[in-house]
Amino acid sequence: MYQYDHHDHRIVQERVSQFRDQTRRYLDGDITEQEFLPLRLQNGLYIQRLAPMLRIAVPYGMLSSRQLRKLAHIARTYDKGYAHFTTRQNIQFNWPNLEEVPDILAELAEVEMHAIQTSGNCIRNVTSDQFAGIAPDEIEDPRPWCEIIRQWSTFHPEFAYLPRKFKIAVSGSEQDRAAIQVHDIGLQLVRSDKGETGFKVLVGGGLGRTPVVGSVIREFLPWPHLLTYLEAILRVYNRYGRRDNKYKARIKILVKAWTPEVFAQKVEEEWQHHRDNPATLTTEEVTRTKRFFTEPAYRDISDTEAQQALSGQAEAELAFSKWLQRNVMPHRVPGYAAVTLSLKPTGVAPGDVTDKQLEAIAELADRYSFSEIRATHSQNLVLADVEKGQLYSLWREAKALGFATPNIGTLTDLICCPGGDFCSLANAKSIPIAEAIQRRFDDMDYLYDLGDLTLNISGCMNACGHHHVGNIGILGVDKKGEEFYQIQLGGSSDRDTALGTVLGPSFYQNEVPDVIEKIIDVYVQNRHDGEAFNDTFSRVGVDPFKERVYAKNH
Amino acid sequence: MPKIIKGNAIIDNDWQFVARDSDLPESGNLLVHFSQWLNAPSADGRALAPWIDSEDEFEAQAERLIKAPLIAVHFPTFMDGRGFSTARLLRERYGFTGELRAIGYVIQDQLFFLKRCGFDAYDLREGTDLENALRSLNDFTLTYQGATDSALPLFRQRG
Repeated sequence: MYQYDHHDHRIVQERVSQFRDQTRRYLDGDITEQEFLPLRLQNGLYIQRLAPMLRIAVPYGMLSSRQLRKLAHIARTYDKGYAHFTTRQNIQFNWPNLEEVPDILAELAEVEMHAIQTSGNCIRNVTSDQFAGIAPDEIEDPRPWCEIIRQWSTFHPEFAYLPRKFKIAVSGSEQDRAAIQVHDIGLQLVRSDKGETGFKVLVGGGLGRTPVVGSVIREFLPWPHLLTYLEAILRVYNRYGRRDNKYKARIKILVKAWTPEVFAQKVEEEWQHHRDNPATLTTEEVTRTKRFFTEPAYRDISDTEAQQALSGQAEAELAFSKWLQRNVMPHRVPGYAAVTLSLKPTGVAPGDVTDKQLEAIAELADRYSFSEIRATHSQNLVLADVEKGQLYSLWREAKALGFATPNIGTLTDLICCPGGDFCSLANAKSIPIAEAIQRRFDDMDYLYDLGDLTLNISGCMNACGHHHVGNIGILGVDKKGEEFYQIQLGGSSDRDTALGTVLGPSFYQNEVPDVIEKIIDVYVQNRHDGEAFNDTFSRVGVDPFKERVYAKNH
Repeated sequence: MPKIIKGNAIIDNDWQFVARDSDLPESGNLLVHFSQWLNAPSADGRALAPWIDSEDEFEAQAERLIKAPLIAVHFPTFMDGRGFSTARLLRERYGFTGELRAIGYVIQDQLFFLKRCGFDAYDLREGTDLENALRSLNDFTLTYQGATDSALPLFRQRG
């Protein structure tokens, strides 16, 4: 993974000093509340319902065991002993004191971490695929490009006061695990006929109040032009994005108003002015960055033998075989596999981890996966480089620690924002809904039979829980001070991104598990052999679901 | 007299802001909206210079504007970041070399970014301790990306 040199260290340390001074001036009354707001947000600091919340950047989801131990230390020292992994591969602390935030940032800087641009109307932490570098279907590793974008966007002087937040995601694989179609800019690594690396550029995707799937504005952007082209997009957005209404300020609204064709043309015009300026990437820089993402010291392992041994273990122990089936992913290197540690046991808020658990995960990473961990946008963690021969002992340990719930990709591996229990924006709670659904669907065999099925919960239309792109999406709404839940069906965030269809009138909290059960029943009764939820849904339409859910009780 | 920061120094602000479509005072150095300035770039007994608002389309007139000794860019609120792009365009695309002044609601904590985008004069929001604010011009000693101040990104300088 990327390692700081003295330049990177200096920039992050200067940020700590800057924010320390800003915090002091704010507490002294020299900076107004209104002026401090964007300054603290660009450092990931929210003032929440109960206490401040500090969001820390995990660039494109990569973490070292040393960083996890530091996060554990911060959770213990400055917080209530736990942290929360978000749906954008970041990590949040829910209870820090404002006065101590500069100290937390100083501690983070020691391990090459920061909270820069994790909130506010600026370019946010760039996200990617949790299986980057190891996925068998990968065209090229997206992480060096993510790091190049991270550096370019960090303290970009022109784009710190955009109309609204701005999110960039990069995918290097055929199958989109980075949800690039629902980002302000989505970049898909592609190869030209001549084998040259480049990017397909999408703009204007996004969730929130007005969910939109992004439009392609350039089929092939040769890699040297990545930054100058991004700069052209950002400049057009900065100058022409709406600023009169925060709900219409995202780039998707501009792209829609102008049409993608006109937007693309504006960007091209802007780009022509500066396309070959010194921000044009060099082979040296790309090579330098790629050096940080080389292969770890894989051993030469016979995959056939490793696979045989695994099959034996799986036959002997059913629970292990289930875990293999759901939580272990293929790896492009023979004899290796990627393991997802589930942060979704029933009864724990999705994505929550304690300080002790963070340390335990660091320990597992050291022993099983070259000391690296990846955060996923579905709020789990991945050990990406595990020898197949060690899977069984890893499973035993992970099980004892509570990270081996074999539910990855199933209904109970749900995505969920912090909701009304913590967030001041939320209209409704989301964590209790998640728990109620997990309790209702506690029969693992039934879950396996249902197979891959995503259920996403957001406590408000800001859509941090990505409810629009869940096969089943749940949105908390407020009606005259009471919490209700609207259900959507048919969303997806993979290659065929789709936004869900609203089922109908919303429900009380206590009705939700029954409603979900009815939806699942309709799916099971209608599906053809091995058919996924969304396929059944697009074949039979929303009506059978509506009829069942809203039927009068007899 | 009110003070501003120019370069790295605190100096008297000897330019007076004139709102759009209002009558010109009898004398003094006056900042007038650029549409007005283009129609009448001089006035008896007064020095005039143009200001550009954040939403203004000025490119068509840029060639004339850059002949002004000073251009002011108005920030209706510090959250409105359009002025950063305006400044870079004036400097980098149109080659403006005179004084580029940030006016309106601009705060100390934006100084470093303003400087990087080509501003060299800053009329900060009332009540700012300018002595203290000077430090913010140098919040960082190193930057990743090129801008108006230095076109070379860090990656072209890493040894």
